[in-house]
Amino acid sequence: MSAKRIDPARDVARTATAEPVTITVDGESVTGVRGQSIAGVVMAAGGSASTGGALRRTAGAGSPRGVFCGIGVCFDCLVTVDGVRDVRACQRRAVEGAVVTTQAEGLPTRVERGEGEHRA
Amino acid sequence: MPEGAQVRDVEVLVVGGGPAGLAAAAASRRAGARVVLLEGGDDVGGQYWRHLPADRPATAEERLHHGWATFVRLRRTLADDPGCQVLTGASVWAVEPGAGPAGGPAAAPGAGALVVRVLVTPAGAADAPGRQHLALRPAALVVATGAHDLTLPFPGWDLPGVVTGGAAQAFAKSERLAVGERVVVAGAGPFLLPVASSLLATGARVLEVAEAAGPAQLARGWGAHPQRLAAGPGVLVDKARELAGYVAALATARVPYRIATGVVAARGEGRVEEVVLARLDATWAPVPGTERVLAADALAASHGFTPRLEVALAAGCAVAGSGAGAGFVAVDAHGATSVPGVWAAGEVTGIGGADAALVEGALAGLAAAATTSGAEVERLLRRRRVLRAFADRLAAAHAPRRGWLAQVSDETVVCRCEEVTAGRLRSVAQATASAVDTPAGSRSLRLTTRAGLGPCQGRICGHAVDAVLGRSTPSTPSDPSTACARPQVSHQRRPLAVPVRLGELADLPPTIPTTSPTTGRPDPEENLT
Repeated sequence: MSAKRIDPARDVARTATAEPVTITVDGESVTGVRGQSIAGVVMAAGGSASTGGALRRTAGAGSPRGVFCGIGVCFDCLVTVDGVRDVRACQRRAVEGAVVTTQAEGLPTRVERGEGEHRA
Repeated sequence: MPEGAQVRDVEVLVVGGGPAGLAAAAASRRAGARVVLLEGGDDVGGQYWRHLPADRPATAEERLHHGWATFVRLRRTLADDPGCQVLTGASVWAVEPGAGPAGGPAAAPGAGALVVRVLVTPAGAADAPGRQHLALRPAALVVATGAHDLTLPFPGWDLPGVVTGGAAQAFAKSERLAVGERVVVAGAGPFLLPVASSLLATGARVLEVAEAAGPAQLARGWGAHPQRLAAGPGVLVDKARELAGYVAALATARVPYRIATGVVAARGEGRVEEVVLARLDATWAPVPGTERVLAADALAASHGFTPRLEVALAAGCAVAGSGAGAGFVAVDAHGATSVPGVWAAGEVTGIGGADAALVEGALAGLAAAATTSGAEVERLLRRRRVLRAFADRLAAAHAPRRGWLAQVSDETVVCRCEEVTAGRLRSVAQATASAVDTPAGSRSLRLTTRAGLGPCQGRICGHAVDAVLGRSTPSTPSDPSTACARPQVSHQRRPLAVPVRLGELADLPPTIPTTSPTTGRPDPEENLT
């Protein structure tokens, strides 16, 4: 149970059968169709992606987050694409071979240093 | 000299490629001005005519839209016109006072005195680094930046699978993707109907449409001053037909539409599995004991719209403080803002729908090209009056009421980016009770809690943070006839209109005249050549 692309054969808009596009999300291959956003490809893959359809985890509570506004305003769907951080997955088009990594960093933690210890 | 290093003079600059912006550009062209239109997305159309990308064509795409023929005609007219340049992937990130032409003395405030800074992305490559810089100095600026969904927080609204109505629409229209297989649509306003209708047309099952406004609020809003609508039934025929189409789609699919009903929670392990609806009283407070649990895999929730004010505020435009347009850019009937040479049109001036946006866009486009009289203007002004009257009653019939705060438990996340709960906001506000109402107090509250300081910069939570800290408490709902105050604009003032990577700032071509940070006027030491 998840987001679902409509079957072109049933589509009232009579969309053309689109070419597949395969990206990797955290190392796992996910296939969508040409013209879709990265968020759309991940959502349609739903539970099959290791991310369970989520696009990132929050820094504080580590909660999963997915698409919220879908129009580039909320920045909740930020992912890393081909090594570049903070890309809005709902705005970025999925292109063949794109390497997507979900972002899940914790909050900065205090490092206690012993006496005489110094940064190299 | 690299491209983008020079400030380019433009006659009419339109920001936003939705219905208002397209109509403005076309109208300015009819009045003889040369136009540049900036659209942030990959194609024009805005959220209303959000559509499939060119590489995924559909032969019956008009079935997903209203007024599709109008859009196709506008888009073709502008694309075929050498006097109009449409730039897609173009985000305005700053508007600042600029120097006069040719590096001379600073221009007088108003027309021709603003420099609009733009970053341009290749198609499909949103947020890629190294966007191209562009600096434009418009003689006339038309702001048509639209609005985005306003969703009132509830427990679980941050779970994956909870989306705005706008998101459900965007994926349905531009990707033919339903956000879920079993979807609940909840919130307030007629926008819930096209959202449900789009989901149905994309193969989803819509379990229920829940409208928060109750019978009294709906009757008062829709029934007020009927004589104001009598003047223009012709203008409203399209609107009525559009709404009737949605209602028919819901009826055919046997989707229940319940008023005085709202979402009070979304639950699930890692994503939405259940949506809890409850009956709402006249203040929008949930009635205890009326909760119903629906097994759903998605929820589309929208309670109205927030204007996208960044560009207008950066240009110095005043925002209406009271009345029907409170919180939106203040304009006259032609769309003139408080800043000479700057007009605004469409949802950024008040929520009126695409019909109103088309009319307002045309008026602003004509005015920006110095045309404020004549038969076309008179006809547009008449249409505008009718559509505005319609929009005002719509706002009254569906405006959030303060009782909704009762659904916001202390554990509810209010600021999604920084994960700030309502409890945290309330306790910090209490500790600094005397200072909260002052600008310094609200800044200190924000710095202490970090609410509104995350990546969205308060775009999503700003209104809710204001409401949670508001002057009425959830346990004592105010007079039910008092609608919730419109979002304050303080959280809407952002130094940059859109996020910019540091590398892109570093790449700013040095020959662009820059302003002195202290005076806001061009720095005389700056090399302007």
